[in-house]
Amino acid sequence: MSILDYKDGSVNLLMGNEAIARGAVEAGVRVAAGYPGTPSSEIIENLAAVAGKAGLYVEWSVNEKVSLEVAAAGSFAGLRSMCVMKQNGVNVASDFLLHLGLSGTRAGMVLVPCDDPGAISSVNEGESRHFARLLELPLIEPGNFQEAIDMIKWAFELSEKIRNVVVVRSVTRLSHASGNVKVGTLPKNNDTPVFKYDGNLLDALNGPVITAPVPFKHRQQQEKLKAVAEIFETSEFNTYTGPENPELLIITSSACSLYSLEAVNVLELDKRVGVLKLGTTYPLPEKLVKKHVASAKKILFVEEVQPFLEDLTKIAAAAWEDVGVKKYHGKYDASIPTVNELNPDIVIAALTKILGIDYRPVPEDYEKKGTILSFTGAPNREVTFCPGCPHRASFWSIHNVLTLQGKGGFVCGDIGCYTIGILGAGFNTLKTTHSMGSGLGIASGFGKLRGLGMKQDAVAVCGDSTFFHSIIPALVNAVHVKSDMMLIVFDNKGTAMTGFQPHPGTETDAMGAKVNALNIESICRAIGADVHVSDPFDITGTQDKLFDLIENGKGPRVLIMQQSCALSPEKKGKNKYVMNVDESLCRGENCGCDRFCTKIFRCPGLVWNRDKSVSMIDSVICTGCGVCKNICPAGAIKSEEVKAC
Amino acid sequence: MLKDPYNIIITGVGGQGNVMAARIVGNMLALQGFYVTIGETFGASQRGGSVMSHLRVSKKTVWSPQMPKGKADLIVALEPIESLRVLAQYGNSETAVISNTRPVYPVGVICGDLKYPTMDELNASLLQLCSKIYFIDATEKAIQLGNPILSNVIMIGAAAGLNVVPMEESDFEKIMSVSLPPEKMKINMEGFKLGKSMTSS
Repeated sequence: MSILDYKDGSVNLLMGNEAIARGAVEAGVRVAAGYPGTPSSEIIENLAAVAGKAGLYVEWSVNEKVSLEVAAAGSFAGLRSMCVMKQNGVNVASDFLLHLGLSGTRAGMVLVPCDDPGAISSVNEGESRHFARLLELPLIEPGNFQEAIDMIKWAFELSEKIRNVVVVRSVTRLSHASGNVKVGTLPKNNDTPVFKYDGNLLDALNGPVITAPVPFKHRQQQEKLKAVAEIFETSEFNTYTGPENPELLIITSSACSLYSLEAVNVLELDKRVGVLKLGTTYPLPEKLVKKHVASAKKILFVEEVQPFLEDLTKIAAAAWEDVGVKKYHGKYDASIPTVNELNPDIVIAALTKILGIDYRPVPEDYEKKGTILSFTGAPNREVTFCPGCPHRASFWSIHNVLTLQGKGGFVCGDIGCYTIGILGAGFNTLKTTHSMGSGLGIASGFGKLRGLGMKQDAVAVCGDSTFFHSIIPALVNAVHVKSDMMLIVFDNKGTAMTGFQPHPGTETDAMGAKVNALNIESICRAIGADVHVSDPFDITGTQDKLFDLIENGKGPRVLIMQQSCALSPEKKGKNKYVMNVDESLCRGENCGCDRFCTKIFRCPGLVWNRDKSVSMIDSVICTGCGVCKNICPAGAIKSEEVKAC
Repeated sequence: MLKDPYNIIITGVGGQGNVMAARIVGNMLALQGFYVTIGETFGASQRGGSVMSHLRVSKKTVWSPQMPKGKADLIVALEPIESLRVLAQYGNSETAVISNTRPVYPVGVICGDLKYPTMDELNASLLQLCSKIYFIDATEKAIQLGNPILSNVIMIGAAAGLNVVPMEESDFEKIMSVSLPPEKMKINMEGFKLGKSMTSS
């Protein structure tokens, strides 16, 4: 079922990201681009699935900056366009975004960053809200699922009113949550794109699209923002729930508004506490906020990570001489934490503390009993690689070679499933992890420290999608400066972590059309690195090659480990082998390997049978990759090829 | 419905189909005219980690995609020990628990560092926290039906069998037929009915 299949006006259970995608189509979006990243990916996926039918161009771009540029071209040519990314993607795109805000746009253009407070699927909890303020762009935030669809539509109109980008910020708990949504109608829209540039320099609709003259354009951008602030004052997306003169006023936005309403409900405070939910958060609708602040004695800001609404309100309040003295609670008095995502319990805790209420969700002894029982009775579940994942085999080889070598060599990590190579699942192989592409940049630096006396070998790893996203410039750098280091590309044939989106190395694009697949090996060779290829499932061959490259190689070396992800469409549900353990050969605890297969290699499909003291295959979980056959010194793990029927 | 909102948590391990199960239940209840909010955990935590979906079911309004502590009315565990983990955090003495009996061992258990409880031990722990507990050998039954993937459908059926929220067989059929080819419908309907028979009195 696609987002076009919902009948006009019908109510459906939609994921936040589906609602955003449907809203964009209802608004007549024609160009959408992005780079995959949880929790944002399903927006582009849903749009790509209907691209042909709805007359859209949808692209998974090489990285976020390029995706924003691709979307901007749509707007410049008169088509409504949208760009989607996760929070840290905005950092990548921010250079262009700074200039785009200054040049302005033409047809409606919306940027949808999906933030991940608490880093549920991230290695940071960066925030896109602050970019809106820094780059002087309007920011709106849906507070529930219906608003996800309605506000996207409004964002396009707003963008066309001011001829600039509008930022619609979502968060994990909205993007990756579902709720009832009434859908609207689908438009007919087949405008032909034309880029007009013959007008004079200052003609926003017909002239060249540039940022100069800067002071003029900058002033124009700020005037637009002032106009937006006026529109925001009366927006229907700013709502108030509560008594006329509350004892305490909560000011909040986004998913936090749902936590706030829930907390008020649980504590039965609806006669004492009001909730001002702002849908339009930058620029702050100051008159509206002032009116509500004036009505209460105490103010509590409920927002995630850094103070944003709190800072904006307090700055505005400095000029509010007529509202009287208020007591402000939020980040600065530690009522609300400045790290991690919020939830109803955190808001409940803040309210009980400020208002002096006693509340326990369950009796104290129940809570204690539960903590002890779950600690002792439910063994911790560490994140691991999937059964059949090539990364487990790759990390095993890298770990083995570096350990054998014994020179303190180490691996600089990057962003993808393989980031969990920090943990036991990857034999604790990764020693640095930062942003996309940074592993190689750091390794390039380490490689030059040889000249200053460093003896350790530096290795960087990256995935195939990351390679295209931001590794290439770092490789150019490493080759140019002759850095002594090695890059290992885990080429698993797709953007695996986020759901197998295509990238420049794949043969089809987001919409399923045939495109040019760029070859990683050829690119690395063309840049001038010493390039080798191996199959990580061939453990002996890979380790021999790796040892030779690390021990004897010089300058920038690249090893491309090619093996598709176990969840890839070509592999999923199609086991290559049926695996089993020959119990007569498994030496169990007496094996000289110290139960290597289950203690060290730790594939979830290979388990230790306590009763029989032998290893066994969990046939429900095993994906039949066959790798474990090669790791058993006793040859007890057997594989039988599955015959194609 | 006994309570508004009625709060369900579906829990399990990444890769078990938790998200899909929650969406099926959510869609069934949406067909009955309820406001349904589902909060899901996936992404990095999907890789063999514990996952859960919070379902808030209400006639009145949208609720938070994360439910407050102590407010779960029903916990459906696709993996046994996850029932205890979730019950301790979100349950109360009135919470009902339906748990699959087939473990997915954490790596700590696979390597022998940690011990996985027997179903009797797990039951004893659960009984200290609540009294309405149903163990369903959903994976074994699904293998008998022909595919372990059907265990989630059996678990959904088992939730329907409790009769605490209106999860109708006809709605299940309607929802499943949107995404499943006709030839797979029969076996899924069988799984649902089987699960239902295991908890309905």
